[in-house]
Amino acid sequence: MDVSRHDIVIVGGGGAGLRAAIAAAEADPSASIALVSKVYPMRSHTVSAEGGAAAVARDDDSLELHGYDTVKGSDFLGDQDAIQFFVEEAPKELALLENWGCPFSRNEDGTVATRAFGGMTTKRTWYAADKIGFHMLHTLFQHSMRFENIVRYDEFFVSKLLVEDGACRGVAALDIRTGEYSAILGRAVILTTGGGGKIFPFTTNGTIKTGDGMALAYRAGVPLKDMEFVQYHPTGLPGTGILITEATRGEGGYLRNSEGERFLVDYDYGVGTKAELGPRDMISRAIVQEIEAGRGLSGPYGEYVHLDLTHLGEEKINSRLPFVRELAKTYVGVDPVTAPIPIRPVVHYMMGGVDTDMFGATSLPGLYAAGEVACVSINGANRLGSNSLTDCLVFGAAAARKAMDFAKGISEGNEAALRTQVEDEAGRVENLRGRQKGGEKISEIRRELNQVMEDSCGVYREQTSMQAGVIATAQLRGRVADLRLEDRSKVFNTELITALELANMVEVAETLAVSAAHRKESRGAHTCKDFTTRNDQDFLYHTMTYHDPAGPRLGKKDVVLGRWVPEERKY
Amino acid sequence: MSEKTIVITRFDPDRDEKPRKQEYTVPCEPNWKVLDAVNFIKDEIDATVSHRWSCRMAVCGSCGMMVNGQPKLTCKTSLDDYGDHIEIEPLANFPIVRDLVVDLDGFMDKFEAVKPWIIRAKEQAADVEDLNGKGTYSQTTEQLSAFKQFSMCINCMLCYSACPVVANEPEFLGPAAIALGHRYNMDSRDEGKEERNEIFRGEGTVFSCSYANECSEVCPKNVDPAAAVNQAKFEAVIDWAKGLVLPRGGA
Repeated sequence: MDVSRHDIVIVGGGGAGLRAAIAAAEADPSASIALVSKVYPMRSHTVSAEGGAAAVARDDDSLELHGYDTVKGSDFLGDQDAIQFFVEEAPKELALLENWGCPFSRNEDGTVATRAFGGMTTKRTWYAADKIGFHMLHTLFQHSMRFENIVRYDEFFVSKLLVEDGACRGVAALDIRTGEYSAILGRAVILTTGGGGKIFPFTTNGTIKTGDGMALAYRAGVPLKDMEFVQYHPTGLPGTGILITEATRGEGGYLRNSEGERFLVDYDYGVGTKAELGPRDMISRAIVQEIEAGRGLSGPYGEYVHLDLTHLGEEKINSRLPFVRELAKTYVGVDPVTAPIPIRPVVHYMMGGVDTDMFGATSLPGLYAAGEVACVSINGANRLGSNSLTDCLVFGAAAARKAMDFAKGISEGNEAALRTQVEDEAGRVENLRGRQKGGEKISEIRRELNQVMEDSCGVYREQTSMQAGVIATAQLRGRVADLRLEDRSKVFNTELITALELANMVEVAETLAVSAAHRKESRGAHTCKDFTTRNDQDFLYHTMTYHDPAGPRLGKKDVVLGRWVPEERKY
Repeated sequence: MSEKTIVITRFDPDRDEKPRKQEYTVPCEPNWKVLDAVNFIKDEIDATVSHRWSCRMAVCGSCGMMVNGQPKLTCKTSLDDYGDHIEIEPLANFPIVRDLVVDLDGFMDKFEAVKPWIIRAKEQAADVEDLNGKGTYSQTTEQLSAFKQFSMCINCMLCYSACPVVANEPEFLGPAAIALGHRYNMDSRDEGKEERNEIFRGEGTVFSCSYANECSEVCPKNVDPAAAVNQAKFEAVIDWAKGLVLPRGGA
């Protein structure tokens, strides 16, 4: 077994992980930074983000406005101290990304251009046509290559955090190419593995988004926070769930029902004059209601509404939204220059995640988390579009700096004990590889999990279905322990990796269902048909779920309020 | 729904001496991409098939494979473009790790060799403060468009599979890496052109290109790496010629 030692071990090579690696490498050029990812960094799901990244840039904008928009967008569940820190750091982080070569779109005077986005008062979303995630990821990855003290472990799957003497001191990682385990040791570990949208059947998320980091932390005793809050993006392509960016609406696109009406204007969905630029939770609900009112359209992949860009003209679509045009043509056979794009709400983002403070620290000494895997929380019950990429940068950097400080003051731990943990983990996974005696195969359980989550935790939720979801996910947790696997090979055994991912998904899904069923109110993205209003009296707190062999154990954490007092959320 | 025969290259280094073929009959839905058929095989017929994929929206670059002998991004390639018999192989010109999975080590080394980051003469932070109160460089739309196209590469490596030079000369820096180096050379914020041009003038780089243009033909993102190679070639020569006339590259 290989044993390697570093100062910091970062798990996940997307936006947050790369930003963390760069910040750590800059903080101490003599420190060794391990960057461990189950895919090559440029395959990370940050790549799929389209619309832009938010930070105050214009004279008519202010940090206060960005802060207020974010707090209001969160339905007052965001922590205001963290949001303050976030909006202050945001412009500095995006400027760094620009300095490092990100090809941001520009104004005529050569300054970085900004566009309108949902729930944002003014234009503060920095963009690179409609591929900001792709450019951000590649810029960060390429920039990270100049640091010789960043050591990459590409295509290593982390299946366990190593906790010894009360601190996290490294990871057990399976080298996918060889099938052998490695002990990758460090004085601190940062999780940057992203979300877990693949627990749902219809999602913008790539197949790698299986909630790995959330499950790793959870099993190590760190609580997950606000897991009930799942963002449905209003505009996904039917069938595949491929994301069509909010920038389509930021650039002036309309949503229309089967009557051709701009329903966000013609009916009252609480978004006021913002119309198509309302926040995602409200627009997703509006679309579902339009469909339920019989004003949807019907196709081979269910009902949908129209995203109409035809009035924007070919020139604007080509310069601002070229990727949208490519995606619509390739995946639904529609050219948005001449015809509306069919869309429906699609699972996009998890507001919840590993509970951290505003600098990425978890309750386990030496363990940090940043990006979608973490719940700081700046997003509360509903994230505003274009805050998440900035979130990866701000909190990736912050977590790295804190982790570096922590690493300086702690011992390496007992290597023999850590080795033993990895050997035990390798033995457990070895038993799983090609385990032909099991009951069900991966695709059967995954399909059922997906169905359970859609039925119980969709855009609209009900007590009865959420309770059914709690029971079903607990049962699935038992069944996933008895998987039947076929592939006995060691080399690049993707079936084995998928089995480990499925166990993570089921664990994450269960915390989600339990958290959702307990919150008897409607707030942000969590909308209950039985409890239709927000209830600050009883539910203005973060939901915590703790690992327990019997199933998730619930707890509460105070929301950090501040200058913005909860008020009715209306636009 | 229509049934298609999908033939997949199988190779497990622990068992097989050389790659073999395995046939599967797949009930294909209308609108399926090639990747959907491979995923169906993996999920429902044979879980031992190994391949890479993730975003299924043509941007992560994971799922490049040979489809009937041509390098294709399988999530972007319609099954309807083919008949009832489709051969899927790992990307050509790369060592096979297993089945449809190829070894990226050489590619990543080439990628890194062109110094794909902004190089500045001065320390960056101080430099940027001088430039602009907001901490960002000024760049006009024209300056952006000088390199934008070459920044669109998703590293899917199809161009390496298509390139006749890579096929004969595996050490050739290759289309994507040259396009990437050129992308930074053309960026108005960069001052590292001299360093990169020295790399480009080395053996097995821009001058090895035989103008076959195959790279640009197969690129799923219209990056046109062949144009980048040609431009890089020209720039490297000019830079070299300047060096003959003036000391220090004419700076």
